[in-house]
Amino acid sequence: MLRTIEQINAKIKSGKIVVATAEEVVGLVNEKGVKRAAKEVDVVTTGTFGPMCSSGAYFNIKQSTPKIKLGGGRVTLNGVVAYAGWAAADILIGANALPDDDPRNAVYPGLFKYGGAHIIEDLLAGKKVRLEAKAYGTDCYPRKEYSAELGLEDFNNAVLFNPRNCYQLYNVAVNLSERTIYTYMGVLKPRLGNANYSTTGALSPLLKDPELRTIGIGTRVFMGGGEAYVAFNGTQHVPNPERDANGLPLSPSATLALIGDLKTMDTRFVRAASVIGYTSTLALGVGVPIPIVDEKVMAQAALADEDITYPIVEYSESYPLGRPGNLGRVSMAQLMSGRIEVDGKKVPTGGMASRAKGRAVALELKRLISEGRFLLTQATAPLPGAALAWEEEA
Amino acid sequence: MGIGVVIVAKKKVIFSFPPSLVEEPITYVLIKNYDLQVNILRATVRPRDRGRMVVELKGKKENLNKAFEYLEGAGIQVDALVQEMRHRPELCVSCTACVPMCPTGALSVNRETRELEFDHNKCIICEACIPSCSYRALESQF
Repeated sequence: MLRTIEQINAKIKSGKIVVATAEEVVGLVNEKGVKRAAKEVDVVTTGTFGPMCSSGAYFNIKQSTPKIKLGGGRVTLNGVVAYAGWAAADILIGANALPDDDPRNAVYPGLFKYGGAHIIEDLLAGKKVRLEAKAYGTDCYPRKEYSAELGLEDFNNAVLFNPRNCYQLYNVAVNLSERTIYTYMGVLKPRLGNANYSTTGALSPLLKDPELRTIGIGTRVFMGGGEAYVAFNGTQHVPNPERDANGLPLSPSATLALIGDLKTMDTRFVRAASVIGYTSTLALGVGVPIPIVDEKVMAQAALADEDITYPIVEYSESYPLGRPGNLGRVSMAQLMSGRIEVDGKKVPTGGMASRAKGRAVALELKRLISEGRFLLTQATAPLPGAALAWEEEA
Repeated sequence: MGIGVVIVAKKKVIFSFPPSLVEEPITYVLIKNYDLQVNILRATVRPRDRGRMVVELKGKKENLNKAFEYLEGAGIQVDALVQEMRHRPELCVSCTACVPMCPTGALSVNRETRELEFDHNKCIICEACIPSCSYRALESQF
Protein backbone atom coordinates (compact mmCIF):
# COMPACT_ATOMS: atom_id res chain seq x y z
CA MET A 1 0.00 0.00 0.00
CA LEU A 2 1.40 3.41 -1.01
CA ARG A 3 -0.41 5.49 1.62
CA THR A 4 -3.28 5.20 4.06
CA ILE A 5 -6.25 7.54 4.37
CA GLU A 6 -4.79 8.67 7.71
CA GLN A 7 -1.54 9.64 6.04
CA ILE A 8 -3.44 11.45 3.29
CA ASN A 9 -5.43 13.44 5.84
CA ALA A 10 -2.25 14.34 7.74
CA LYS A 11 -0.83 15.73 4.49
CA ILE A 12 -4.06 17.65 3.81
CA LYS A 13 -3.82 19.24 7.26
CA SER A 14 -0.16 20.13 6.82
CA GLY A 15 -0.82 21.68 3.43
CA LYS A 16 1.50 19.25 1.62
CA ILE A 17 -1.13 17.27 -0.20
CA VAL A 18 -0.78 16.73 -3.95
CA VAL A 19 -4.14 16.64 -5.73
CA ALA A 20 -4.87 16.26 -9.43
CA THR A 21 -8.15 16.01 -11.29
CA ALA A 22 -9.08 12.83 -13.12
CA GLU A 23 -8.47 14.68 -16.41
CA GLU A 24 -5.04 15.90 -15.32
CA VAL A 25 -3.79 12.43 -14.34
CA VAL A 26 -4.51 11.08 -17.82
CA GLY A 27 -1.69 13.23 -19.21
CA LEU A 28 0.49 12.72 -16.16
CA VAL A 29 0.38 8.92 -16.43
CA ASN A 30 1.01 9.13 -20.18
CA GLU A 31 4.06 11.23 -19.52
CA LYS A 32 5.54 9.65 -16.40
CA GLY A 33 3.96 6.21 -16.15
CA VAL A 34 1.69 4.78 -13.48
CA LYS A 35 4.42 4.08 -10.94
CA ARG A 36 5.78 7.63 -10.76
CA ALA A 37 2.37 9.27 -11.03
CA ALA A 38 1.09 7.12 -8.16
CA LYS A 39 4.06 8.18 -6.05
CA GLU A 40 3.56 11.89 -6.78
CA VAL A 41 -0.21 12.26 -6.52
CA ASP A 42 -2.07 11.56 -3.27
CA VAL A 43 -5.65 12.19 -4.36
CA VAL A 44 -7.46 12.30 -7.69
CA THR A 45 -10.68 14.30 -7.87
CA THR A 46 -13.56 13.39 -10.16
CA GLY A 47 -16.67 15.31 -11.12
CA THR A 48 -19.99 14.94 -12.80
CA PHE A 49 -22.99 17.18 -13.34
CA GLY A 50 -26.28 16.07 -14.77
CA PRO A 51 -29.96 15.39 -14.15
CA MET A 52 -30.32 12.84 -11.37
CA CYS A 53 -34.00 12.04 -11.19
CA SER A 54 -33.68 9.94 -8.09
CA SER A 55 -33.17 13.03 -5.94
CA GLY A 56 -35.22 14.49 -3.18
CA ALA A 57 -34.97 16.58 -0.08
CA TYR A 58 -36.56 16.02 3.27
CA PHE A 59 -37.35 18.75 5.72
CA ASN A 60 -38.25 19.04 9.37
CA ILE A 61 -40.52 22.02 10.04
CA LYS A 62 -40.56 24.15 13.16
CA GLN A 63 -43.84 23.54 14.92
CA SER A 64 -46.48 26.25 15.07
CA THR A 65 -48.79 26.84 18.02
CA PRO A 66 -50.93 24.82 18.26
CA LYS A 67 -48.91 21.97 16.83
CA ILE A 68 -49.82 20.01 13.69
CA LYS A 69 -49.14 16.40 12.69
CA LEU A 70 -48.23 16.42 8.99
CA GLY A 71 -47.77 12.65 8.78
CA GLY A 72 -50.83 11.12 7.20
CA GLY A 73 -52.04 14.52 6.09
CA ARG A 74 -51.56 16.38 2.84
CA VAL A 75 -48.77 18.86 2.22
CA THR A 76 -47.83 21.00 -0.77
CA LEU A 77 -44.92 23.38 -1.34
CA ASN A 78 -45.79 26.09 -3.89
CA GLY A 79 -48.51 23.69 -5.00
CA VAL A 80 -46.06 20.81 -5.59
CA VAL A 81 -47.21 17.72 -3.73
CA ALA A 82 -44.85 16.68 -0.94
CA TYR A 83 -44.72 13.27 0.70
CA ALA A 84 -46.28 13.37 4.19
CA GLY A 85 -46.17 9.76 5.25
CA TRP A 86 -43.59 10.23 7.97
CA ALA A 87 -43.79 11.77 11.42
CA ALA A 88 -45.46 14.95 12.64
CA ALA A 89 -42.95 17.42 11.25
CA ASP A 90 -41.08 15.59 8.47
CA ILE A 91 -41.89 15.95 4.80
CA LEU A 92 -40.10 14.92 1.63
CA ILE A 93 -40.18 16.51 -1.77
CA GLY A 94 -39.04 14.44 -4.73
CA ALA A 95 -37.39 16.12 -7.72
CA ASN A 96 -40.07 14.68 -10.04
CA ALA A 97 -43.05 15.78 -7.88
CA LEU A 98 -45.55 18.06 -9.61
CA PRO A 99 -48.52 20.23 -8.73
CA ASP A 100 -51.89 18.46 -9.14
CA ASP A 101 -52.87 20.84 -11.93
CA ASP A 102 -49.76 20.29 -14.06
CA PRO A 103 -51.01 18.71 -17.31
CA ARG A 104 -48.05 16.28 -17.43
CA ASN A 105 -47.98 14.71 -20.88
CA ALA A 106 -51.73 15.25 -21.44
CA VAL A 107 -50.53 18.23 -23.47
CA TYR A 108 -47.76 16.41 -25.31
CA PRO A 109 -44.86 16.87 -24.95
CA GLY A 110 -45.28 18.13 -21.39
CA LEU A 111 -43.14 21.06 -20.30
CA PHE A 112 -42.83 20.18 -16.58
CA LYS A 113 -42.07 23.80 -15.83
CA TYR A 114 -42.22 23.67 -12.05
CA GLY A 115 -41.77 20.62 -9.86
CA GLY A 116 -40.02 19.37 -6.75
CA ALA A 117 -36.60 20.14 -8.21
CA HIS A 118 -37.61 23.78 -8.62
CA ILE A 119 -38.67 23.92 -4.97
CA ILE A 120 -35.19 22.74 -3.98
CA GLU A 121 -33.54 25.23 -6.34
CA ASP A 122 -35.75 28.12 -5.15
CA LEU A 123 -34.93 27.41 -1.51
CA LEU A 124 -31.20 27.32 -2.31
CA ALA A 125 -31.54 30.59 -4.23
CA GLY A 126 -32.83 32.21 -1.03
CA LYS A 127 -36.48 32.29 -2.07
CA LYS A 128 -39.35 31.44 0.22
CA VAL A 129 -41.87 28.75 -0.67
CA ARG A 130 -45.48 28.46 0.45
CA LEU A 131 -46.19 25.39 2.58
CA GLU A 132 -49.82 24.39 2.82
CA ALA A 133 -50.86 21.51 5.02
CA LYS A 134 -54.05 19.73 5.96
CA ALA A 135 -54.00 17.27 8.83
CA TYR A 136 -56.51 15.17 10.70
CA GLY A 137 -55.73 16.51 14.19
CA THR A 138 -54.89 14.56 17.31
CA ASP A 139 -55.02 15.29 21.04
CA CYS A 140 -51.31 16.15 21.04
CA TYR A 141 -51.29 17.81 17.59
CA PRO A 142 -54.71 19.48 17.39
CA ARG A 143 -54.11 21.84 14.46
CA LYS A 144 -55.78 20.79 11.20
CA GLU A 145 -54.63 23.44 8.74
CA TYR A 146 -51.40 25.33 8.36
CA SER A 147 -49.98 27.71 5.79
CA ALA A 148 -46.67 29.52 5.91
CA GLU A 149 -43.97 31.07 3.74
CA LEU A 150 -40.73 29.28 4.54
CA GLY A 151 -37.15 29.86 3.50
CA LEU A 152 -34.35 27.31 3.79
CA GLU A 153 -33.27 28.76 7.15
CA ASP A 154 -36.79 28.29 8.55
CA PHE A 155 -36.53 24.50 8.52
CA ASN A 156 -34.90 22.69 11.44
CA ASN A 157 -33.27 20.33 8.95
CA ALA A 158 -33.05 20.21 5.18
CA VAL A 159 -31.34 17.12 3.78
CA LEU A 160 -30.68 16.23 0.16
CA PHE A 161 -30.97 12.51 -0.41
CA ASN A 162 -30.41 10.49 -3.57
CA PRO A 163 -31.43 6.85 -3.54
CA ARG A 164 -29.54 6.49 -6.85
CA ASN A 165 -26.81 8.66 -8.21
CA CYS A 166 -23.56 8.63 -10.23
CA TYR A 167 -24.58 5.75 -12.51
CA GLN A 168 -21.45 3.92 -13.57
CA LEU A 169 -21.45 3.98 -17.36
CA TYR A 170 -24.60 4.95 -19.16
CA ASN A 171 -26.24 4.22 -22.47
CA VAL A 172 -25.88 6.39 -25.53
CA ALA A 173 -29.45 6.95 -26.72
CA VAL A 174 -30.67 6.98 -30.33
CA ASN A 175 -34.04 6.82 -32.05
CA LEU A 176 -34.61 4.58 -35.09
CA SER A 177 -38.31 5.38 -35.44
CA GLU A 178 -40.01 7.83 -37.80
CA ARG A 179 -41.01 10.37 -35.14
CA THR A 180 -39.27 12.58 -32.60
CA ILE A 181 -39.34 11.07 -29.13
CA TYR A 182 -39.01 12.82 -25.78
CA THR A 183 -37.01 10.79 -23.29
CA TYR A 184 -34.96 11.09 -20.13
CA MET A 185 -32.01 11.13 -22.50
CA GLY A 186 -33.42 14.29 -24.08
CA VAL A 187 -35.11 14.95 -27.41
CA LEU A 188 -34.22 12.20 -29.88
CA LYS A 189 -34.81 13.02 -33.51
CA PRO A 190 -36.15 10.33 -35.87
CA ARG A 191 -34.02 8.08 -38.09
CA LEU A 192 -30.82 8.45 -36.06
CA GLY A 193 -31.10 12.24 -36.02
CA ASN A 194 -28.90 12.51 -32.94
CA ALA A 195 -27.18 10.44 -30.27
CA ASN A 196 -27.33 11.65 -26.67
CA TYR A 197 -24.96 10.63 -23.91
CA SER A 198 -24.97 11.26 -20.19
CA THR A 199 -21.51 10.95 -18.71
CA THR A 200 -18.44 13.05 -18.02
CA GLY A 201 -16.16 10.28 -19.32
CA ALA A 202 -12.63 10.56 -17.96
CA LEU A 203 -13.99 12.72 -15.10
CA SER A 204 -16.89 10.44 -14.16
CA PRO A 205 -16.58 9.34 -10.50
CA LEU A 206 -17.42 5.66 -10.77
CA LEU A 207 -15.50 5.19 -14.03
CA LYS A 208 -12.29 6.29 -12.35
CA ASP A 209 -12.48 3.66 -9.61
CA PRO A 210 -14.45 1.14 -11.63
CA GLU A 211 -14.09 -1.76 -9.21
CA LEU A 212 -14.98 0.45 -6.22
CA ARG A 213 -11.72 -0.32 -4.41
CA THR A 214 -11.74 3.03 -2.56
CA ILE A 215 -15.39 4.09 -2.69
CA GLY A 216 -17.77 2.49 -0.20
CA ILE A 217 -20.27 3.19 2.52
CA GLY A 218 -19.09 6.20 4.51
CA THR A 219 -17.04 7.81 1.74
CA ARG A 220 -17.26 11.59 2.02
CA VAL A 221 -18.02 13.25 -1.31
CA PHE A 222 -18.69 16.68 -2.75
CA MET A 223 -22.34 17.12 -3.63
CA GLY A 224 -24.13 20.24 -4.80
CA GLY A 225 -21.42 22.51 -3.43
CA GLY A 226 -21.46 20.95 0.04
CA GLU A 227 -20.32 17.78 1.76
CA ALA A 228 -22.22 14.54 1.48
CA TYR A 229 -21.66 10.87 2.18
CA VAL A 230 -22.15 7.55 0.48
CA ALA A 231 -24.98 6.17 2.60
CA PHE A 232 -25.40 2.84 0.85
CA ASN A 233 -25.28 1.33 -2.58
CA GLY A 234 -27.70 3.10 -4.86
CA THR A 235 -30.85 1.38 -6.08
CA GLN A 236 -30.40 -0.73 -9.23
CA HIS A 237 -26.72 -1.26 -8.27
CA VAL A 238 -25.30 -4.16 -10.28
CA PRO A 239 -22.72 -5.95 -8.09
CA ASN A 240 -20.82 -8.10 -10.57
CA PRO A 241 -21.04 -6.72 -14.10
CA GLU A 242 -19.17 -8.04 -17.09
CA ARG A 243 -15.98 -5.98 -17.44
CA ASP A 244 -13.39 -5.09 -20.08
CA ALA A 245 -9.63 -5.54 -19.67
CA ASN A 246 -9.36 -2.22 -17.77
CA GLY A 247 -11.99 -3.26 -15.25
CA LEU A 248 -14.64 -0.98 -16.75
CA PRO A 249 -18.16 -2.42 -16.80
CA LEU A 250 -19.73 -3.00 -20.21
CA SER A 251 -23.21 -1.83 -19.21
CA PRO A 252 -24.76 0.51 -16.58
CA SER A 253 -23.65 -0.97 -13.25
CA ALA A 254 -22.69 0.55 -9.88
CA THR A 255 -24.74 3.33 -8.30
CA LEU A 256 -24.44 5.32 -5.07
CA ALA A 257 -26.99 6.49 -2.51
CA LEU A 258 -25.82 9.90 -1.33
CA ILE A 259 -26.93 12.08 1.54
CA GLY A 260 -25.90 15.59 2.59
CA ASP A 261 -26.99 18.79 4.30
CA LEU A 262 -28.93 20.88 1.77
CA LYS A 263 -28.14 24.03 3.74
CA THR A 264 -24.44 23.71 2.79
CA MET A 265 -25.17 23.52 -0.96
CA ASP A 266 -25.52 26.20 -3.63
CA THR A 267 -27.19 26.79 -6.97
CA ARG A 268 -23.91 26.62 -8.89
CA PHE A 269 -24.04 22.87 -8.41
CA VAL A 270 -27.75 22.23 -7.84
CA ARG A 271 -30.08 23.14 -10.69
CA ALA A 272 -33.67 22.39 -11.48
CA ALA A 273 -34.23 21.02 -14.97
CA SER A 274 -37.41 20.62 -17.02
CA VAL A 275 -36.86 17.74 -19.41
CA ILE A 276 -39.50 18.13 -22.11
CA GLY A 277 -41.98 15.27 -22.39
CA TYR A 278 -40.38 13.55 -19.43
CA THR A 279 -40.14 15.25 -16.04
CA SER A 280 -39.03 17.95 -13.70
CA THR A 281 -35.68 16.85 -12.29
CA LEU A 282 -32.63 17.95 -10.37
CA ALA A 283 -29.21 18.38 -11.95
CA LEU A 284 -26.49 17.85 -9.40
CA GLY A 285 -22.77 18.27 -9.28
CA VAL A 286 -21.07 15.35 -7.55
CA GLY A 287 -17.34 14.83 -7.03
CA VAL A 288 -15.76 11.79 -5.44
CA PRO A 289 -12.16 11.98 -4.20
CA ILE A 290 -10.09 8.92 -5.02
CA PRO A 291 -7.21 8.24 -2.61
CA ILE A 292 -4.25 6.80 -4.51
CA VAL A 293 -3.61 3.92 -2.13
CA ASP A 294 -1.87 1.76 -4.70
CA GLU A 295 -0.74 1.73 -8.32
CA LYS A 296 -3.81 -0.08 -9.57
CA VAL A 297 -6.00 2.76 -8.26
CA MET A 298 -3.86 5.23 -10.20
CA ALA A 299 -3.88 3.13 -13.37
CA GLN A 300 -7.68 3.05 -13.35
CA ALA A 301 -8.07 6.70 -12.32
CA ALA A 302 -5.99 7.60 -15.36
CA LEU A 303 -8.20 5.83 -17.90
CA ALA A 304 -8.70 8.18 -20.85
CA ASP A 305 -11.74 9.18 -22.89
CA GLU A 306 -10.45 6.81 -25.56
CA ASP A 307 -10.54 3.88 -23.11
CA ILE A 308 -14.12 4.35 -21.92
CA THR A 309 -16.81 2.89 -24.17
CA TYR A 310 -20.59 2.94 -23.95
CA PRO A 311 -23.34 0.83 -25.52
CA ILE A 312 -25.58 2.56 -28.07
CA VAL A 313 -29.20 1.80 -27.20
CA GLU A 314 -32.33 2.40 -29.25
CA TYR A 315 -35.01 4.32 -27.30
CA SER A 316 -38.17 4.26 -29.44
CA GLU A 317 -38.75 0.52 -29.10
CA SER A 318 -35.81 -1.49 -27.71
CA TYR A 319 -35.50 0.41 -24.43
CA PRO A 320 -39.22 0.77 -23.63
CA LEU A 321 -39.83 -2.90 -24.40
CA GLY A 322 -36.73 -4.04 -22.55
CA ARG A 323 -35.14 -5.75 -25.52
CA PRO A 324 -31.58 -6.84 -24.88
CA GLY A 325 -28.67 -5.93 -27.12
CA ASN A 326 -27.34 -2.72 -28.54
CA LEU A 327 -26.25 -1.04 -31.76
CA GLY A 328 -22.55 -1.22 -30.97
CA ARG A 329 -20.19 0.70 -28.70
CA VAL A 330 -18.56 4.13 -28.89
CA SER A 331 -15.85 5.75 -26.84
CA MET A 332 -16.14 9.01 -24.92
CA ALA A 333 -13.53 10.50 -27.24
CA GLN A 334 -15.77 9.72 -30.24
CA LEU A 335 -18.82 11.15 -28.47
CA MET A 336 -16.93 14.33 -27.66
CA SER A 337 -15.81 14.76 -31.27
CA GLY A 338 -19.41 15.76 -32.06
CA ARG A 339 -20.20 12.85 -34.38
CA ILE A 340 -20.36 9.10 -34.10
CA GLU A 341 -21.13 6.45 -36.67
CA VAL A 342 -24.17 4.22 -36.19
CA ASP A 343 -25.23 1.74 -38.86
CA GLY A 344 -22.93 3.50 -41.31
CA LYS A 345 -24.58 6.87 -40.71
CA LYS A 346 -22.84 9.90 -39.22
CA VAL A 347 -24.89 10.97 -36.21
CA PRO A 348 -24.39 14.26 -34.33
CA THR A 349 -23.99 13.92 -30.56
CA GLY A 350 -25.45 15.88 -27.67
CA GLY A 351 -25.12 15.59 -23.94
CA MET A 352 -27.26 15.41 -20.85
CA ALA A 353 -24.37 15.60 -18.38
CA SER A 354 -22.03 18.58 -18.60
CA ARG A 355 -18.33 17.96 -19.03
CA ALA A 356 -17.64 21.65 -18.37
CA LYS A 357 -19.53 21.58 -15.06
CA GLY A 358 -18.05 18.18 -14.17
CA ARG A 359 -14.63 19.76 -14.61
CA ALA A 360 -15.69 22.66 -12.38
CA VAL A 361 -16.72 20.13 -9.70
CA ALA A 362 -13.39 18.26 -9.91
CA LEU A 363 -11.45 21.52 -9.73
CA GLU A 364 -13.53 22.79 -6.81
CA LEU A 365 -12.97 19.56 -4.89
CA LYS A 366 -9.25 19.75 -5.71
CA ARG A 367 -9.17 23.30 -4.34
CA LEU A 368 -11.04 22.35 -1.14
CA ILE A 369 -8.65 19.45 -0.45
CA SER A 370 -5.57 21.52 -1.29
CA GLU A 371 -6.73 24.26 1.08
CA GLY A 372 -7.26 21.77 3.89
CA ARG A 373 -11.04 22.22 3.87
CA PHE A 374 -12.05 18.74 2.80
CA LEU A 375 -10.74 15.62 4.52
CA LEU A 376 -11.14 12.12 3.20
CA THR A 377 -12.92 9.36 5.06
CA GLN A 378 -12.10 5.67 4.94
CA ALA A 379 -15.14 3.78 3.72
CA THR A 380 -16.38 1.46 6.45
CA ALA A 381 -18.00 -1.15 4.26
CA PRO A 382 -17.63 -2.07 0.60
CA LEU A 383 -20.47 -1.77 -1.88
CA PRO A 384 -22.05 -5.04 -2.99
CA GLY A 385 -19.70 -7.01 -5.22
CA ALA A 386 -16.67 -4.84 -4.37
CA ALA A 387 -13.66 -5.25 -2.08
CA LEU A 388 -11.96 -2.23 -0.52
CA ALA A 389 -8.24 -1.91 -1.29
CA TRP A 390 -7.24 -1.70 2.39
CA GLU A 391 -9.21 -4.83 3.20
CA GLU A 392 -7.66 -6.81 0.34
CA GLU A 393 -4.22 -6.39 1.86
CA ALA A 394 -5.17 -6.78 5.50
CA MET B 1 -22.50 32.54 -71.47
CA GLY B 2 -24.71 34.74 -69.34
CA ILE B 3 -23.42 37.73 -67.51
CA GLY B 4 -23.05 36.72 -63.87
CA VAL B 5 -24.46 39.02 -61.24
CA VAL B 6 -21.66 40.38 -59.11
CA ILE B 7 -22.76 39.76 -55.58
CA VAL B 8 -21.37 42.43 -53.42
CA ALA B 9 -23.63 42.24 -50.41
CA LYS B 10 -25.47 39.68 -48.34
CA LYS B 11 -27.66 40.55 -45.41
CA LYS B 12 -29.81 38.63 -42.95
CA VAL B 13 -32.66 40.79 -41.71
CA ILE B 14 -36.11 40.69 -40.19
CA PHE B 15 -39.08 42.34 -41.86
CA SER B 16 -41.94 43.35 -39.61
CA PHE B 17 -45.04 44.52 -41.37
CA PRO B 18 -48.39 45.75 -40.05
CA PRO B 19 -51.62 43.81 -40.79
CA SER B 20 -52.47 46.29 -43.57
CA LEU B 21 -49.40 45.24 -45.55
CA VAL B 22 -49.73 41.50 -45.13
CA GLU B 23 -51.08 41.17 -48.67
CA GLU B 24 -48.32 43.26 -50.26
CA PRO B 25 -46.18 41.08 -52.61
CA ILE B 26 -42.92 42.18 -51.04
CA THR B 27 -40.66 39.37 -52.15
CA TYR B 28 -41.90 39.76 -55.73
CA VAL B 29 -40.97 43.43 -55.70
CA LEU B 30 -37.56 42.74 -54.20
CA ILE B 31 -36.74 40.18 -56.85
CA LYS B 32 -38.33 41.91 -59.84
CA ASN B 33 -37.45 45.54 -59.16
CA TYR B 34 -34.20 45.23 -57.24
CA ASP B 35 -32.74 42.04 -58.69
CA LEU B 36 -32.18 40.47 -55.29
CA GLN B 37 -31.90 36.87 -54.28
CA VAL B 38 -34.42 36.40 -51.49
CA ASN B 39 -34.06 33.41 -49.23
CA ILE B 40 -36.91 33.18 -46.74
CA LEU B 41 -35.62 31.49 -43.61
CA ARG B 42 -38.69 31.90 -41.52
CA ALA B 43 -42.06 33.64 -41.68
CA THR B 44 -45.06 34.10 -39.44
CA VAL B 45 -48.26 35.84 -40.42
CA ARG B 46 -51.14 35.81 -37.99
CA PRO B 47 -54.60 37.26 -38.65
CA ARG B 48 -54.89 40.84 -37.33
CA ASP B 49 -51.30 40.69 -36.08
CA ARG B 50 -48.08 41.96 -37.62
CA GLY B 51 -46.24 39.65 -39.97
CA ARG B 52 -42.59 38.79 -39.45
CA MET B 53 -40.12 37.31 -41.86
CA VAL B 54 -36.48 36.33 -41.52
CA VAL B 55 -34.80 36.68 -44.88
CA GLU B 56 -31.37 36.52 -46.35
CA LEU B 57 -30.90 39.05 -49.16
CA LYS B 58 -28.13 38.85 -51.72
CA GLY B 59 -27.46 41.37 -54.46
CA LYS B 60 -25.62 44.48 -55.55
CA LYS B 61 -25.01 46.82 -52.66
CA GLU B 62 -26.77 49.77 -54.33
CA ASN B 63 -29.79 47.58 -55.11
CA LEU B 64 -29.90 46.43 -51.51
CA ASN B 65 -29.87 50.02 -50.30
CA LYS B 66 -32.61 50.98 -52.73
CA ALA B 67 -34.64 47.99 -51.61
CA PHE B 68 -34.32 49.06 -47.99
CA GLU B 69 -35.56 52.53 -48.97
CA TYR B 70 -38.54 50.97 -50.75
CA LEU B 71 -39.34 48.80 -47.70
CA GLU B 72 -39.13 51.74 -45.34
CA GLY B 73 -41.35 53.82 -47.62
CA ALA B 74 -43.86 51.00 -47.71
CA GLY B 75 -44.05 50.98 -43.91
CA ILE B 76 -42.06 47.82 -43.32
CA GLN B 77 -39.64 47.76 -40.45
CA VAL B 78 -36.28 46.22 -41.23
CA ASP B 79 -34.11 45.03 -38.33
CA ALA B 80 -30.74 43.39 -38.22
CA LEU B 81 -30.83 39.81 -37.02
CA VAL B 82 -29.32 40.15 -33.56
CA GLN B 83 -30.63 39.25 -30.15
CA GLU B 84 -33.73 37.65 -31.62
CA MET B 85 -32.52 34.37 -30.26
CA ARG B 86 -30.88 34.61 -26.89
CA HIS B 87 -28.51 32.24 -25.19
CA ARG B 88 -28.31 32.97 -21.48
CA PRO B 89 -24.91 31.79 -20.23
CA GLU B 90 -25.90 32.39 -16.60
CA LEU B 91 -28.58 29.68 -16.94
CA CYS B 92 -26.72 27.38 -19.33
CA VAL B 93 -24.92 24.36 -17.85
CA SER B 94 -23.22 23.41 -21.15
CA CYS B 95 -24.84 19.99 -21.25
CA THR B 96 -24.81 20.39 -25.06
CA ALA B 97 -28.22 18.73 -25.63
CA CYS B 98 -29.09 21.61 -27.98
CA VAL B 99 -26.07 21.15 -30.25
CA PRO B 100 -27.40 18.32 -32.49
CA MET B 101 -30.76 20.15 -32.75
CA CYS B 102 -29.15 23.15 -34.44
CA PRO B 103 -29.17 22.84 -38.25
CA THR B 104 -26.69 25.65 -38.92
CA GLY B 105 -23.93 25.11 -36.36
CA ALA B 106 -24.87 28.28 -34.48
CA LEU B 107 -24.73 26.23 -31.29
CA SER B 108 -21.46 24.40 -30.76
CA VAL B 109 -19.11 23.10 -28.08
CA ASN B 110 -15.77 24.72 -27.42
CA ARG B 111 -13.27 21.86 -27.81
CA GLU B 112 -11.05 23.15 -25.01
CA THR B 113 -13.45 24.40 -22.34
CA ARG B 114 -16.34 22.08 -23.34
CA GLU B 115 -18.59 25.09 -22.86
CA LEU B 116 -21.49 25.89 -25.12
CA GLU B 117 -20.95 28.66 -27.67
CA PHE B 118 -23.63 30.54 -29.55
CA ASP B 119 -22.91 32.35 -32.80
CA HIS B 120 -25.94 34.51 -33.54
CA ASN B 121 -24.67 35.20 -37.06
CA LYS B 122 -25.33 31.58 -37.96
CA CYS B 123 -28.72 31.40 -36.20
CA ILE B 124 -31.83 31.37 -38.37
CA ILE B 125 -34.23 31.43 -35.41
CA CYS B 126 -35.73 28.06 -36.32
CA GLU B 127 -36.18 27.49 -32.57
CA ALA B 128 -35.39 23.76 -32.88
CA CYS B 129 -33.04 24.11 -29.91
CA ILE B 130 -35.58 25.50 -27.45
CA PRO B 131 -37.36 22.26 -26.45
CA SER B 132 -34.04 20.49 -25.96
CA CYS B 133 -32.93 22.95 -23.27
CA SER B 134 -33.96 21.80 -19.81
CA TYR B 135 -32.61 24.95 -18.16
CA ARG B 136 -34.49 27.67 -20.09
CA ALA B 137 -31.19 29.03 -21.27
CA LEU B 138 -32.39 29.51 -24.86
CA GLU B 139 -35.18 31.91 -25.64
CA SER B 140 -36.64 33.43 -28.76
CA GLN B 141 -37.99 36.95 -29.05
CA PHE B 142 -39.27 36.30 -32.57
